[in-house]
Amino acid sequence: MSFGPHLFLAVLEGTVTAFVLALTALGLSLVFGVMRIVNVAHGEFFMLGAVLAWYCSTLISGSPLLGFALALVVAPLLVGALALLTDWSVLKRVDYNPESTIVATIGLLYIVQQLVLTVFGPEARPVAAPVYFRVSFPWFGYSGYKLIVAGLSASLLLATWYALSRTRLGLYMRATQQDYEIAQAFGVPVRNVYATVFALGAMLAAVAGVLIVPVQQAHYLMGLDPLLLSFIVVIIGGLGSLKGTVVAAFVIGLSDGIVSVFFSPTLAKILATLLVAAVLVVRPGGLFGDNRA
Amino acid sequence: MTALLATDGLSKRFGGLLAVDGVCFEVPAGQIRAVIGPNGAGKTTLMGLISGRLTPSAGHILFNGRDVTRQRAWDRARSGIVYTFQVTSVFPELSCYENVALAAQRQLTRGMFGQLILDEKRLGGRVREALRQVGLVDVETQVASALPYGHQRLLEVAMSLALEPRLLILDEPTQGLANAEIDTLCAHVREIAARITVVIIEHNMPVVLDLADWITVMERGAVLAEGPPAQIAGDPDVQRAYLGT
Amino acid sequence: MSAGRLRRILVLHLAIVGALFAVQFFLPDYHHTNVARILVLATFAIGYNLLFGYTGLMSLGHAMFFAAGMYACGLCIYYFNVGAPGGFALGVVAGGTLAAVFGLVALRTSGVSFLIVTMMFGQACYLTLLYFNEITLGDQGFTLSSNLDALHRAGAGLAYSDPDVKYNAAWLVFTGAFLVSALIAASPIGRVLIAVRGNEERTRLLGYNTFAYKWLALCLSGAIAGAAGAAYAVLFSYVGASFASILYSIYPLLWTLLGGAGTTLGPLLGTGIMFYLIDITSGWTNAYLFVVGGSLLALVLWFPQGVMGAVRARWARWLP
Repeated sequence: MSFGPHLFLAVLEGTVTAFVLALTALGLSLVFGVMRIVNVAHGEFFMLGAVLAWYCSTLISGSPLLGFALALVVAPLLVGALALLTDWSVLKRVDYNPESTIVATIGLLYIVQQLVLTVFGPEARPVAAPVYFRVSFPWFGYSGYKLIVAGLSASLLLATWYALSRTRLGLYMRATQQDYEIAQAFGVPVRNVYATVFALGAMLAAVAGVLIVPVQQAHYLMGLDPLLLSFIVVIIGGLGSLKGTVVAAFVIGLSDGIVSVFFSPTLAKILATLLVAAVLVVRPGGLFGDNRA
Repeated sequence: MTALLATDGLSKRFGGLLAVDGVCFEVPAGQIRAVIGPNGAGKTTLMGLISGRLTPSAGHILFNGRDVTRQRAWDRARSGIVYTFQVTSVFPELSCYENVALAAQRQLTRGMFGQLILDEKRLGGRVREALRQVGLVDVETQVASALPYGHQRLLEVAMSLALEPRLLILDEPTQGLANAEIDTLCAHVREIAARITVVIIEHNMPVVLDLADWITVMERGAVLAEGPPAQIAGDPDVQRAYLGT
Repeated sequence: MSAGRLRRILVLHLAIVGALFAVQFFLPDYHHTNVARILVLATFAIGYNLLFGYTGLMSLGHAMFFAAGMYACGLCIYYFNVGAPGGFALGVVAGGTLAAVFGLVALRTSGVSFLIVTMMFGQACYLTLLYFNEITLGDQGFTLSSNLDALHRAGAGLAYSDPDVKYNAAWLVFTGAFLVSALIAASPIGRVLIAVRGNEERTRLLGYNTFAYKWLALCLSGAIAGAAGAAYAVLFSYVGASFASILYSIYPLLWTLLGGAGTTLGPLLGTGIMFYLIDITSGWTNAYLFVVGGSLLALVLWFPQGVMGAVRARWARWLP
């Protein structure tokens, strides 16, 4: 394959990565933006989505499409419930203190990961794509499912955008993000908003996990990469900003796709990390635009 | 007499808000200067600029004839501009002794590693001297968070004294204090002012009129009036803007 | 600080160091090796504690300093036969230098941002080790025994595989780090670090260039972590990229929290307890990291002070 088609393939791969990444990172970004906490277990919610998708696919073994549809409903619900449980039993108890929350979510990371290791096992398990067709370009054929992933992610991003800008929940979230105390004074149920946002962020990650599993296989350690990439996206995109998250996801997704295809995925990740360093040097006020600890 | 502190066209902009607007503020050595004005007049912001907590958007600050506009906060503290916070900010988990020692050891040592050869006896002397000046010697081993609020404010003053200031800025020192505590504090301030130039931001007018040699009134980021207490108290503009009559 | 308190601190720390030296004559073989390993890992935790416990800067990338020491030492022994002492010295320098350079960038951020930056850089270092696999032999790891044994046979020093040498070398490295950390904690510098942890802006207005103090703490922390990494490479004769992974950034956090952040004795205690907890658990199940997760969660929820933090609050306020 010559350079042109090669680049086209890389861009295509990058675009798919970018959409899934945007979805995952948006969850992290919302949680940070509204609650001012960092959820280190975010990648595990992603992994749980993928693992649950595998269970759904074995439950309905006849039709991959049905299994996939079931996973799209079940995985976010279960993961959302786990997030609510975490919020209620841990985060609320440490009063959303940023450092305690980080330590607690690291703890959660290992608990979830090791539970999955015990129950699901250490091997990577494939899940059949719900639909199988190839889109043929003049130079190569491309998995149609990947394009569907991009499409579904895009519509979910739009739905999130709608929820943020047009609904009461969105208004509450923006109010809480602006000023927690004033929001509370105006009757915003801040604690409920926190719980909802935390669950919503987890659900976004879970959906991303469901979408990616036919491409990537389910494995108990698969959560780390999306977590780190999401951090990079959130740092570059700015806190709680949907537009920033999507733009940054594209920058990272595309460059990751291109560097991965032409050089190596490891190099792509090293470069992304160094990009973060560059952002920091230029904007020492902090990744998220302010210095609040 | 040349001024110990002089600002020239000092401004600070926060986004669209001009919190301090071209202020020229001069304090001669040896004075007790009160700065008054309604909430949001820019008093604390002005003091933030002078102490180096904030960087000015425009203008200059001269201290003892030297331009310190570009000097960092820690260097200014070293050269004698000392600020005590409006909200008490002693180190709650440290003892009174340790709190004051933090301030005192800075004046006794040069550079970071000089602290490894610090003479603890000399330090102890300085610390107790500062605590004595505010009447807290008896509680030096107590943890700061265990002190009553009035004592925490005094501890704050002791920390400032241990820095051996030439200009001591007190930001609303009487806030939250009971009357008896206010009297104690005023007595301490008067004693301190015998050696040190004091700038005091204060809402409590009796305290201001009692302590100040000279009063600056601020409103909306600018200086509205300046003069001796008797004149300011009688100024109709000031009464309208601040005294709320 | 009163002279009496200083004397008590000195006596206590020397007594602990002495006791650790003495127990080697009583420990059964299995625990003898374990304690040597704990001493090296506790050195890592001591470095971490200087930054996190005293200065209040939580890092999630400390594995990079440990790995820097380990690889600087290991690779130089492997390729250039510099010998164990030379390798160790290089390891300390590597850890400290990496921390110094990293600090200039990372300390421009604070709070949660600092945490994420450390995590990202830690991961970048890990990936870099894997990327240059041909040089670092990262994913397989390598052993140093042949190089060090060759030196030994050539009469250039001691056999590091000998249990007694191992224990005493580990004890020496630990003792150095332990006493340095106690000295810092009890000195006026420690007082400033604690002040930075409490309220950085207030500290700045007391006349301290807080950036310089944070940077100092980071450099020391990195150098001590590098020393631990180098000692690990020599004494346990294995160098591998897994020591740069995020788990090895979380371990020192856990050890420090468990033993008591901001106490000189905490790191040793936390490392020891956790080492044996994991040792026992991994006998039952391969999901032994469950213990790590569970402990972190439990510490945050019910025991944020850690063991020595609680001891200090209740019985011995004079402890540094």
